[in-house]
Amino acid sequence: MRGYIGSRMAHSAISMVGLVVLVFFLARLTGNPVDIYLPIEASAEARTAFSEAHGFDDPLIVQFWHFVRDLARLDFGMSLRQDRPVLDLVLAAFPTTLLLALCAMFIALVVAIVSGALAAQRPNGVLDRFVNVISLAGASLPNFWLAIVAVLVFAVGLRWLPTSGTGGFVHWILPVMVLSVRPCGLIAQVVRGSMISAMSSAYVKTARAKGVRRTTIIFVHALRNAMLPVITVAGDQATGMINGAVVVEVIFGLPGIGKLMIDSIQYRDFAMVQGGVIITAVAIFALNIAIDLSYALLDPRIRYS
Amino acid sequence: MSTIVTPGSRPNRSAVHRYLLLLWHDKFATAAVMFLLLVFFAALFGPALFESASNRINLLARNAPPLSFQHGWTFILGADSLGRSILLRLIVGAQNTMLLAASAVVCSLLVGSFLGFIAGYRNDWTSAVIMRVADVVMSFPSLLLALIVLYVLTPGIANVILVLAITRIPIYLRTTRAEVLEVRERTFVTAARIMGASPRRLIWRHIRPTVTPTLITIATLEFAFVMLSESSLSFLGLGIQPPAFTWGAMVAQGQSYLSTAWWVAFWPGVAITLTAMSLNLFANWLRIVGDPVQRWRLESRKKTS
Repeated sequence: MRGYIGSRMAHSAISMVGLVVLVFFLARLTGNPVDIYLPIEASAEARTAFSEAHGFDDPLIVQFWHFVRDLARLDFGMSLRQDRPVLDLVLAAFPTTLLLALCAMFIALVVAIVSGALAAQRPNGVLDRFVNVISLAGASLPNFWLAIVAVLVFAVGLRWLPTSGTGGFVHWILPVMVLSVRPCGLIAQVVRGSMISAMSSAYVKTARAKGVRRTTIIFVHALRNAMLPVITVAGDQATGMINGAVVVEVIFGLPGIGKLMIDSIQYRDFAMVQGGVIITAVAIFALNIAIDLSYALLDPRIRYS
Repeated sequence: MSTIVTPGSRPNRSAVHRYLLLLWHDKFATAAVMFLLLVFFAALFGPALFESASNRINLLARNAPPLSFQHGWTFILGADSLGRSILLRLIVGAQNTMLLAASAVVCSLLVGSFLGFIAGYRNDWTSAVIMRVADVVMSFPSLLLALIVLYVLTPGIANVILVLAITRIPIYLRTTRAEVLEVRERTFVTAARIMGASPRRLIWRHIRPTVTPTLITIATLEFAFVMLSESSLSFLGLGIQPPAFTWGAMVAQGQSYLSTAWWVAFWPGVAITLTAMSLNLFANWLRIVGDPVQRWRLESRKKTS
């Protein structure tokens, strides 16, 4: 097991190196920040001075070397747009996205597991068909559209919730709900599928023959064995949450990573783009390793092999 | 694939006929296929038939509400801020929406499965390199990657397809590799190898047919996903540029009229959702039909009813 984690870490490290190179050169290709930060009529001297001050006049390879050297000291540089350390800005934005994603994932998992497990009790029954169609619909909803329809109904029409912005608990309800719908639909599909096969297995028949209570069979015996594919999908969805968060944060005006990244790309804030992508990627790698570990926790066969 | 011939069934029934019967038995899948055919024909003939009518500006019908025949049947879904019929724009927009998604799916399917066959069959350092590159792409939140790349390249049709394809290649790559790793250890492959089949023949004649059904199912699911991604990009203003438009761009355009004319943003979202849902339903049906064990269940159920 330890060797396995070691090799996973090594693989992640190699991928990180690839990512660092990719994000550096991709960001440089998007254009020259001088054109955006200085007025069009700026003199050539002003442009040179700006380039020199931010190191844009160095050859690319020198810029890359400086970037890697600073990165080794966990220094992500200064944001061009906000003139503050990138790390501070990313760490300031991270909690918003993390809270958004965690709440959405939690709701999605609970709703999906309960409804999927109940639907699997009678394959092709009324409840099963209902859950199947609803979860498929949920998985097919474009989240930007869902977001604006939700704003229309709950904020503009019924005036129950605020349209956007930050503040108290009420500002979180719509974004979290919108973000949780698609993962919830996808996970419910997987839960249903793997619960149907778990319920027809020998150990469930044994438990039933021994007279174990029905709820215990469903939620203790079968569910635990049905969880492996569910975790795989939930892990994929957690990565996908970043995509959803970009859209949701833009529409609801939440100051999270997604909003920060969109703005940075638009304003050619290279240091910010690099820092944001790398820190997000580290979080994603950590999550994937945690998922692999949770397989082992759930399934002793993996643990001992 | 083996056919189960049961007494009483006509043996001369053609394969197409059999599949149509299987499809008819699953009413949700039938509805899905019919809707997809509708979208397909709209995409094929829509622009040729309604291109000019969909661009006709009719200021009398500005923001005409839906479900009213005051301005003729084409305004059944209402009109946008320039008085253009939403129904006709949906029909015309279907072509770009479908074309982008289909091209991206085909590109990523071809490249991804090709690399997957190599990675799975060789399973040496080439495989390691391919997998690490896939990891890099996977760890980059796909929407951010698309944003950066579309800032580098201008957002034209080909570039949007390229971006959507690149971000989805790892899905096919991983699935194909996993399947090939498993299939190439099976007895029939070993037998063919011992009889002296070349690697090319082994892959093409023996491994590929076993892997194809899985890939087709995934491609159908991916079609829905790519269409949703493309809509998100269009919504963020980075999809194909006006005057060309897709359903996602229609939602974005309608967002500013949300409180006065909700239908402008509403119907394109419904079209996206219904198409994605139909694709998901169809993919589920394909999965069952492609699996001989489960197909038998469908066929036997048909007989009893």
